[in-house]
Formats: sequence, structure tokens, C-alpha cells
Amino acid sequence: MLACYLRLICAGFRRYATYRQAVLAGTATNVVFGFMRCAVLLTVFTASARVAGYDPSRTVTFVWIGQGLLAVVLIWGNTDFGQRVRNGDVAVDLLRPIDLQVALLAEDLGRAGFALLTRFTGPLLIGLAFFDLTLPRSGLRWVAFAVSMLLAVLVSFAIRFLLNLVAFWLLDWRGVVTLYGAVNGVLAGLVIPIAFFPGWARAAIWATPFPAILQAPIDIAIDRGSVLPLLGHQLAWAATLLAAGRFVLARAVRTLVIQGG
Amino acid sequence: MGERLAVYRDLIRASVRSQLAYPTSFALQCAGQAVVQLEDMVVILVLFSRLGDMGGFTRHEVLLIFSLAGVSFGLADLLVGSVDKIGELVRTGTLDALLLRPVPAMVQICTSEFALRRLGKVATALAVLGYVLATAHISWTPLRVAVLLITPVTGLVLFGAIWVAATATIFWLVEGQELPNAVTYGSSLFTSYPVSVFSGWLLRLMAFVVPGAFVAYYPALAILGKPDPLGLPAVLPYSAPVVAVVASGVAALAWRAGLRHYVGTGS
Repeated sequence: MLACYLRLICAGFRRYATYRQAVLAGTATNVVFGFMRCAVLLTVFTASARVAGYDPSRTVTFVWIGQGLLAVVLIWGNTDFGQRVRNGDVAVDLLRPIDLQVALLAEDLGRAGFALLTRFTGPLLIGLAFFDLTLPRSGLRWVAFAVSMLLAVLVSFAIRFLLNLVAFWLLDWRGVVTLYGAVNGVLAGLVIPIAFFPGWARAAIWATPFPAILQAPIDIAIDRGSVLPLLGHQLAWAATLLAAGRFVLARAVRTLVIQGG
Repeated sequence: MGERLAVYRDLIRASVRSQLAYPTSFALQCAGQAVVQLEDMVVILVLFSRLGDMGGFTRHEVLLIFSLAGVSFGLADLLVGSVDKIGELVRTGTLDALLLRPVPAMVQICTSEFALRRLGKVATALAVLGYVLATAHISWTPLRVAVLLITPVTGLVLFGAIWVAATATIFWLVEGQELPNAVTYGSSLFTSYPVSVFSGWLLRLMAFVVPGAFVAYYPALAILGKPDPLGLPAVLPYSAPVVAVVASGVAALAWRAGLRHYVGTGS
């Protein structure tokens, strides 16, 4: 059974590895945005050398890790599974003798693995070439960063799975996914460090699962805050949201009526 | 010509009707666009809570640039944003069918998905613009009012030209569908801030090669009566209409060259 899921991971990896030009084009876009975001955020250091615990080096590291990770965690969301719900293919998926949520997660992990090798390293290398980045200094930090990225993918998958399940009830779930992508830019910590917000907003944002997708791994990489609470936040949300996904899927399957056939 | 316009009108009407067929989804997408615009504003406000000025501009001045750029980008995205589907059309061969019809391919593509949801972005940007104009102390002259009124139009033309020219590259790079995003959505980010925030090749590329500086930055300087921190000739703040005309000429040439280069992807 496990071998089957491992194969699905490999399949996910290979599926995305076929689009090489797309990888290059996507990376180029992320890089251009990276340069612009650095310029905008660095304007805060004209008055003081440190803002909310960030120095210029940590700020540009925030930008470049974010520009790389956004493709790994698919920050704008995706609609693939909802499409299968919409056109009825989900019936075939449900007939397979494997767990639907785990199978989709396996494929997504493969996708994320490929994105990590290409879309993540590309912008990071450019960032390293043009800026003074603050990266983990100890091996342990790197391990924590890797674990945190894995948890980020889990949380992001769990949310995207839930959003695509909406397709069972709403004729057009794409609007919901669009809205998710829209709020993610700020709430996950892509466009501006969450630490720059006033205290009440910071607390409110960290009470949601969004920072687990981007800000948490970035904070671990640039050595801001302690590792265990950050990983704990991610783990708690990953477990909660994956469980919620199972529950909602079970409800959805009961409402499923297959037309025709 | 009258007949051509009637076709255009009918195509837009059909597209709008199809989008309004799912009102909930349409409302959600409009809200999504509004949220995107509001978020960009939140970023500016949060940055200003940490600093006094940005590249020599106050918060109100940056918000003026930001809202002018937002209105133009939203309108351009609404009217010509669907040209970025050209990659899909080339790959699937659907473009061949469009080329056979007696209406220009560009008109068919733009009307196929007249993205009405972008009105969410335009409305939000207009609200911010209204707030800025009501609270900023601008000494109005007829010339400044004229610049204010013409800026959304020139901005729309500039963004449209950027969009078409950037997308025309897909005729050569069929799989590089995401590449024009660097310039199109990239310009949306770039034009929302004073260009003096940027420097080096990034400034030269996005402000002058891609004429991003003329969308909102120079018109805002003209409206505010502010000297250019870059120290470039004083005529530039008023030159956006000329730049817009030149840019659309370049975009039209690029599009034609692309269509002429296109030979189909085979059957």
C-alpha cells in the first residue's frame, strides 16, 4: 500500500518535470518580482537600521525565500481536484482502492519536491548572487527549516483540498480559490513580513493557519523566534485541517449523485 | 466600421451575459479583485507606519500614484487582459479557427473573456483615488485637472500596449506562457510605487524600456507640481499621451510580427 503512495509521489514529480520551459518562465517572473519587492521593503531602512527585528539582510532573505517557496506551497491555490468533482471524474477516483485524500497528498508532495529543486533554488541562487542573505548557520537549523517547509506544504495542501471540496456544493468553487489566493499574499507573509504589522494585527494573523504556509519557514530560516513554537503552530494546523478535510470529504461523498452512466 | 463596432458590441454583450450567469461566483471574483487591491494598499500603509517617506514621497503622494496605477491596470486587464490566453490558443490550435473568421483575432480574443470581475479592482482603486483627492492639499489648475482626467486613459493604453507586446513573445516561445507575467503583472507592482524607490537596471527596464514611469508616476508629479527626484527633463510629466501613442504603435507591430511568424502547431 505504501509502495503505491510512493509511486504517486514519483508520478507527481515527473508530471511537473515535463514542463521545463514553464519552470524557466515562472522562475523568471518570481525573480523580477523578487528584485522589486526588495527595493520596496528596503525603503523602511532609510530611517532606522532595524525594523521589527529585521535588518536589511533578513528583509531581503525574507523576500527571496518567499519568492522561491510560493511555488512550492502553490500560494495562489489550484483548482485541479475541483475540476474532477465538477466533471464527474471524481466518481472514478472514489472507486480506486486507495485513500483519496492521501493519494492527492502524495501527488502534491511529488509536485512540491520538483518545485523545491527548481522553483525554490532558482530565486534563492539569484538572491545569493545579488544580495547579502541571512541563511541558517547550523546544520540543525537547516533540518528545522526542511521540516518546516514540509509542514508548510501539508498545511497548504490541506487548505487547497478543503477549498476544492467546495465544488461538491458550489457550482463554481473557483471564486473561493481566487479569494484564498488573494488573501494569502498578505496573511501568509509573502508581500510584507507579518512582524511589520501593528501588534493586534500580528496576533490576529498568527491565530490563522496562513502564516504556517510561508512566514513560519522563513522565520526559522532567518533565525527569528524559537523553532519549536513555530513548528508546533504548523503541526497543529496541519493536523486540524487534514482531519477537517477527511470529515468534509466523507460528508461530500454522501451527497454525491452521479449523473448518467 | 459601424458593422465592425456592432460585432464588437454583440461579442461583449454575450461575454458579459455568460459571466453573470453564475452570480455568486461573479460576486466572489469581484470581491477577490477588490481584496487584492486593498491588500496592496495595506502594504503601503504598514510600510508607512514604519517610515516617514518613501523615495522622497509622502503617504498621500504614494497613495495617489498607487490608485492611478490601479485604475489603469484594472481597466487594461478588463479590456485586453485575455490576450494572455494566446499561449493556450496557439498550443491547442484554436487560433487557426479565429484567424479564419472575418473579425480581427485580437478583437475575438479580447471579447472572448471580457473579465468584468476586474471592475472590483477598478472600483476599489477609484475609492482610494477619491479619498486621496479629497484629503490631499492639491492646488488645482486647469492643466492639472486635465492631467488627472486623461491619466486613466493614457495608463489604460500604456498597460494595453505592454500587455499586447509582452504577450506577442508567446508566438516564439509557445511554452513560456508565464514569461509575459514578469512584465504585465510586474508593471502593476512597479507602477504602484514612486519609481525613485527602484534603481539600476530594474529602474531603466521597468520605467523606460517598459514605459511604466508614464502610467502613474509622471502624471502624479504633474498633478502634485512636484519636481522629479530623478532630475530628468521637466517635460516628462506631461509626455504620457505621446509615450502611449508610441507604445501602442510598437505593440501593434509586435503583434503583427507574431501573427505573421505563426505557422500553427500542426494537426
